[in-house]
Amino acid sequence: MIRITDLHKAFGDNAVLRGVDLEVRRGETMVVIGQSGSGKSVLIRHIIGLMKPDRGMVAVNGTDITRLKGPALQAVTRKIGMLFQGAALFDSMNVFQNVSFGLERQTDFSSRKIRDRVKESLHLVGLRDVEHLMPHELSGGMKKRVGLARAIAYRPEILLYDEPSTGIDPIRADAINSLINDLKAELKVTSVVITHDMASCNRVADRIAMLFGGRIIQVGTPREIQRSPDPVVQQFIRGEAEGPITEW
Amino acid sequence: MAGARPWRAVQNFFEQVGEVGLLAVVSFGNLFKRPWEKGSFILQLEEVGVRTVPVVTLTAAFGGLVFGLQTYSGFHRYIGPGTEAYGGSIVSIGLVRELIPIWVAVMVSGRVASAMTAEIGTMRITEQVEALFSLGADPNKYLVVPRLAACLIMLPCLTLYGDLVGVFCGWLYNVLMGVSGFAYIQSAMIYMEIWDVAVGLIKALIFGAVIAVVACWNGLKAEGGAKGVGRATTKTVVISAVSILILNFFLSKALPATLLQK
Repeated sequence: MIRITDLHKAFGDNAVLRGVDLEVRRGETMVVIGQSGSGKSVLIRHIIGLMKPDRGMVAVNGTDITRLKGPALQAVTRKIGMLFQGAALFDSMNVFQNVSFGLERQTDFSSRKIRDRVKESLHLVGLRDVEHLMPHELSGGMKKRVGLARAIAYRPEILLYDEPSTGIDPIRADAINSLINDLKAELKVTSVVITHDMASCNRVADRIAMLFGGRIIQVGTPREIQRSPDPVVQQFIRGEAEGPITEW
Repeated sequence: MAGARPWRAVQNFFEQVGEVGLLAVVSFGNLFKRPWEKGSFILQLEEVGVRTVPVVTLTAAFGGLVFGLQTYSGFHRYIGPGTEAYGGSIVSIGLVRELIPIWVAVMVSGRVASAMTAEIGTMRITEQVEALFSLGADPNKYLVVPRLAACLIMLPCLTLYGDLVGVFCGWLYNVLMGVSGFAYIQSAMIYMEIWDVAVGLIKALIFGAVIAVVACWNGLKAEGGAKGVGRATTKTVVISAVSILILNFFLSKALPATLLQK
């Protein structure tokens, strides 16, 4: 479904990605873990075409999107929805306009069908009668839900989640984790979740990839990652202050 | 290493000029490509045009009054009483060719361009620009093109409106001081051509493009949170105001003084 090969990206002298290789299978939830600033968000932005790599390939359904631009790129990325870290709702639009934004551009739905789809998408994320509210009237958790409703409104095949549990309390974070699992079951989507929250990771992951030093150092099921002999992985999942990550 | 810093600054300057130029080329190209963001365009027409009318009215009115005052007292004192009506041509040509286009452009850059940078900059730092792309909208077409089109249309309209207000107020001051309104208009009509008005409108069109592109570019490049957006906003006002004054000189030099054959 998604194949990332030898991906390199640097910002000036700071090489963030130094040869990332990762494969995400159709229908699975792949969680990419790593410390803050390790390049997780940079990696996810390459999958949706928001960034161009210095070297390497990102293939979505067999098409290398790093070589595409304009309408050709959008034809591929139309299959991808993304939940941004801060939800990234458009401040000047109400909830309905936010959720319908992608539908109006990516589909030829009638206004009645758009209205129904917005309602259905909000319902899927557990929200009702909020269409008229402006983003500043929503709580952090509600913003994430609206962001998620907007990402799923046009029924993408792939969903990208950038730090879905960051900035909200543990109860709402857990509700978001349940949503990720529900959407996977309901919509049969392939998901890539970026997080440094191990509780969230264990709740949603089919497989986990650890990003460290600009490379994926290990990929495995939650159980395999728990039992990893790699001291870097062990320090991260235990959240210890001392260890190879700190010394790196 | 001591020489590296000035060189780096020069390199940065040319890089930025190149980026602004590239944004202008892409945006002008997109002006004529479908789909058009009609809703956003109409909002910008209102923001750049309708909402700027009060400030343009005040600026042009008091500019016209003070210009009328100066020509009145100049003629009265140095040429002699009874010659004040000759100020009509000076006021009219000076306002429509030079002052009104500059005043309108500076007002728009202070009132509208700063808001454009702040809005786009905030969208940039809160990932809304990336969200636009992820939802199938081209950020250039959605954010830059409607603002550019609105400035290209509204700056000449505001300038023409400012011309009328400024010239009228210059006339009004002189009439209130006892000058013949008819003689004042006659003086203006003898020396002023339609071309003088056209020069002002051509300048307004170019200033409109500069204001929109500089404002959008600064917004799209904003980084570093609220402080970064504040910095970008200030930069927009300074760069656009200075560019307007510099460009005005070169345009005044390049555009012919008259189209009438001598």
